[in-house]
Amino acid sequence: MNMHHYTLHDFKGGIHPEQNKSQSTGQDISTAGIPKILILPISQHIGAPAVPLVKVGDVVLKGQVIAQGEDFVSCNLHAPTSGVISAISEAPVPNQSGMQDTCIQITTDGNDSWPPIKGLDNYLDAEPQALIEAISQAGISGMGGAGFPTHVKASIPASKIDTLIINAAECEPYITSDDALMRENAADIIKGIEILQAILKPQQCYIGIEDNKPEAIKALQDALKENKDDTHGIHVVVIPTKYPSGGEKQLIQILTGLEVPVAGLPADIGIVCQNIGTVRAIFQAVALGRPLISRITTITGDTVAHPQNFEVLLGTPVQYLLEQAGCDQNKIQRLIMGGPMMGFTITDNQIPVTKTSNCIIAATHNELADPAMEQACIRCGMCTQACPAQLLPQQLLWFAKSSNLDQAQAHNISDCIECGACSYVCPSNIPLVQYYRFAKGEIKQAKADKQSSEQAKLRFDTRNARLEREEAEKAEKRKARAEAAAKKQAAKKDAPPTEDATAAASDPAAELKGLKQKVLASQTRVDKARERLSMAQEQNLDTAGALQLGLDKQIEKLAIAQKNLEQANS
Amino acid sequence: MNLLNISSPHATRPGNTGTVMLTVLAALIPGIAVLSYFFGPGHLIQICLASATALLCEAAILYVRKKPILFYLTDYSALLTAVLLAISLPPYAPYWVTIVATLFAIIIAKHLYGGLGQNPFNPAMIGFALVLVSFPVEMTTSWSAPSALLNSSISIQDALRYIFLSRETIDAITMATPLDLYKHQVEIATATEIYQDPIFHGPNSDASIALGWQWVNFAFLLGGAFLLWKKIFTWHVPVSLLISLSLLSLFIGWDSDSYVPLSLHLFAGATMLGAFFIATDPVTASTTPLGKLIYGAGIGILIYVIRTWGAYPDAVAFAVLLMNFCAPLIDQYSQPRTYGHKKAVRGLAKKD
Repeated sequence: MNMHHYTLHDFKGGIHPEQNKSQSTGQDISTAGIPKILILPISQHIGAPAVPLVKVGDVVLKGQVIAQGEDFVSCNLHAPTSGVISAISEAPVPNQSGMQDTCIQITTDGNDSWPPIKGLDNYLDAEPQALIEAISQAGISGMGGAGFPTHVKASIPASKIDTLIINAAECEPYITSDDALMRENAADIIKGIEILQAILKPQQCYIGIEDNKPEAIKALQDALKENKDDTHGIHVVVIPTKYPSGGEKQLIQILTGLEVPVAGLPADIGIVCQNIGTVRAIFQAVALGRPLISRITTITGDTVAHPQNFEVLLGTPVQYLLEQAGCDQNKIQRLIMGGPMMGFTITDNQIPVTKTSNCIIAATHNELADPAMEQACIRCGMCTQACPAQLLPQQLLWFAKSSNLDQAQAHNISDCIECGACSYVCPSNIPLVQYYRFAKGEIKQAKADKQSSEQAKLRFDTRNARLEREEAEKAEKRKARAEAAAKKQAAKKDAPPTEDATAAASDPAAELKGLKQKVLASQTRVDKARERLSMAQEQNLDTAGALQLGLDKQIEKLAIAQKNLEQANS
Repeated sequence: MNLLNISSPHATRPGNTGTVMLTVLAALIPGIAVLSYFFGPGHLIQICLASATALLCEAAILYVRKKPILFYLTDYSALLTAVLLAISLPPYAPYWVTIVATLFAIIIAKHLYGGLGQNPFNPAMIGFALVLVSFPVEMTTSWSAPSALLNSSISIQDALRYIFLSRETIDAITMATPLDLYKHQVEIATATEIYQDPIFHGPNSDASIALGWQWVNFAFLLGGAFLLWKKIFTWHVPVSLLISLSLLSLFIGWDSDSYVPLSLHLFAGATMLGAFFIATDPVTASTTPLGKLIYGAGIGILIYVIRTWGAYPDAVAFAVLLMNFCAPLIDQYSQPRTYGHKKAVRGLAKKD
């Protein structure tokens, strides 16, 4: 049985905001359908953007790769349905800062036609490498929010991993997409976990789920019972509802009592975390050969007449989804992608759903009130009580406000996960997280400035040294020439000018001098090349690679010249 | 469609600083009610007087500082300072004592340091300490006897007369506080003899610790428990304060023939008011969990030391103010260990 009793470890702090989840769990997941246009950002994951393989006017089939992740840390992108590429251009993408990015736009044809797809046979017996390859081909990235390429996480050597954690906590208010997925597709999820077990070979596997999702818990437990025998060692661990228990670090702490070391990864303590949606995508990729072209997204908020979960094609504009859910778009005061604690507002309803879009909240004015006027901090310490990272939020506030970056860093501001618990509880309505973002930005900028000025100094010093050496060389040459001329004059006077030319050519001293000059000249060339390279690296120019090659060649030449000189010397 | 563009978090808990202050004021109600029941209407008059003074002078200062007056007045911090000050003062202190204390608390201790949240010292206690050292006679001779020991209870007219007009007949209703009495008597008498005084057991032996005072302290304890339940503050400061005071009293003052006994330390003075309403003032207290324990323990120790060997019978104000000095330092050396770190940071960052 999977009802073992586990010793749960609490994490410090945390809050209990209004859950607002019941609105969207009344109905089954429905398919959102095919909008006329799909907008697919080429960067829906952490890492290098995918490189478009199609051009405007190309006809694409459903599931066809339209952009390829060429780096290891990158992801493929597939056409979510069949149609014609109608544009590859800059368009607004889901982003904190409201930025634009390259998007591939597909005008859909409504046929939704697939090329034949096929999963791996007997995939549980397959080589881990083949499974990872299938995941990589399917373009799967973490679907819980961060969007880290899944095949990269799956490539961590199995020897390093002893615990696999499936994050089903879904602790943010409003969001129910994982909940809905577990209720309806528990069997697929369990199979997806088995694939991860086959790759990572963990000793234990926990599904961490908050106790506010009883139906999902039951569905997972039933699926585990039906699934052959009990050898897969997957345990559904029910944890108390508390925000942010679904934060990776917090969930790890709850389930294992361990903490991810500062500036480290869960793998450092033998743990890999995956989200429920990701696990299902892994199952579909490996067992069915279906790439990641859709996801479950919650459409909710008081302006929505029928809040529910949709199976949404990636690239579907938010406006289309709001219409499907019967949203009165004139009443929306705040449109949020993600949850109310860590999500971001969007101001353009043409922004598309991406691999990480778990929820869209179309909120009224009453639902999420305008920010109240900031009052003075009374140091009440409610923020300290709420902070899951055990920071001192009100101390950090002082440091951020006074741009005292040294102290902010000494008080570990970089360990803030921006969960928003401190801002939520603050009785003085201080936007604490915003202050920390400001300070973090300042710290980042200061570091970049420092690095850039150090590099500039290095470049300046190298250049000065080279100029000095060049000057010295020139002086030496001049001196040598003058000496030679004087000698010549003297020789002219002393002896008749016979055999002079041949003597000079075979004169070993003159040859040695020539070689010496060659060494010096190529030393100068090496210095110049090095200087150019450091300048290019500093400015992140694409030419850095070519310059590096050039530098290597010059160094080679210098070595040859030095060798020649040595030989001549001996 | 005009969409709001702001960064997360979008959800906040309803309420503001004013809500916190009003909750604390509500928690004071049982204490004030019991005070008035046992000691007459003096405290209520002082509360009205101090509140009016505080609100007026806060408004004036805000006007001078060009701050939005209503916005700041409705954080109710001035009102809370006034009420705390009024119930700390002797109930029949002359009106000018209260006004001076309130003005000093609001203008000097609060606004000259930058207003709410910026003051290093508890404003109410600054006001209290000022009048205690400046007007010792008024401050020690204005405590009324519990009404059960008087021939007739104190009427509002009498109270107003004592406070505002004439103090001629005030001797008829005042007497020393139990802590004061015990402290002076214990030098010449045994505990059994001291306990003969009706202020300790009541006229009909209906009090077990100190007539009136014990119920006042229980009422403040009740209010404090309410605030703990409402999570306005944490248990650290009051618990460590009460424990350190109790431990000192048990280890040093176990002999009630020579020292004030523990029961009087806890339930006959301003201990509960101090532990739950004064020491917990967040602005001037330590803020880290460990720091709060140290801060509270420090106050408890200082209360015992000053009460036992100092010149004043009660010591909450001085103990709190002395620990206010230490709070910023304590905070720097009691930081919690951040998630993922091996050990806690101690002290401020070193300058390059």
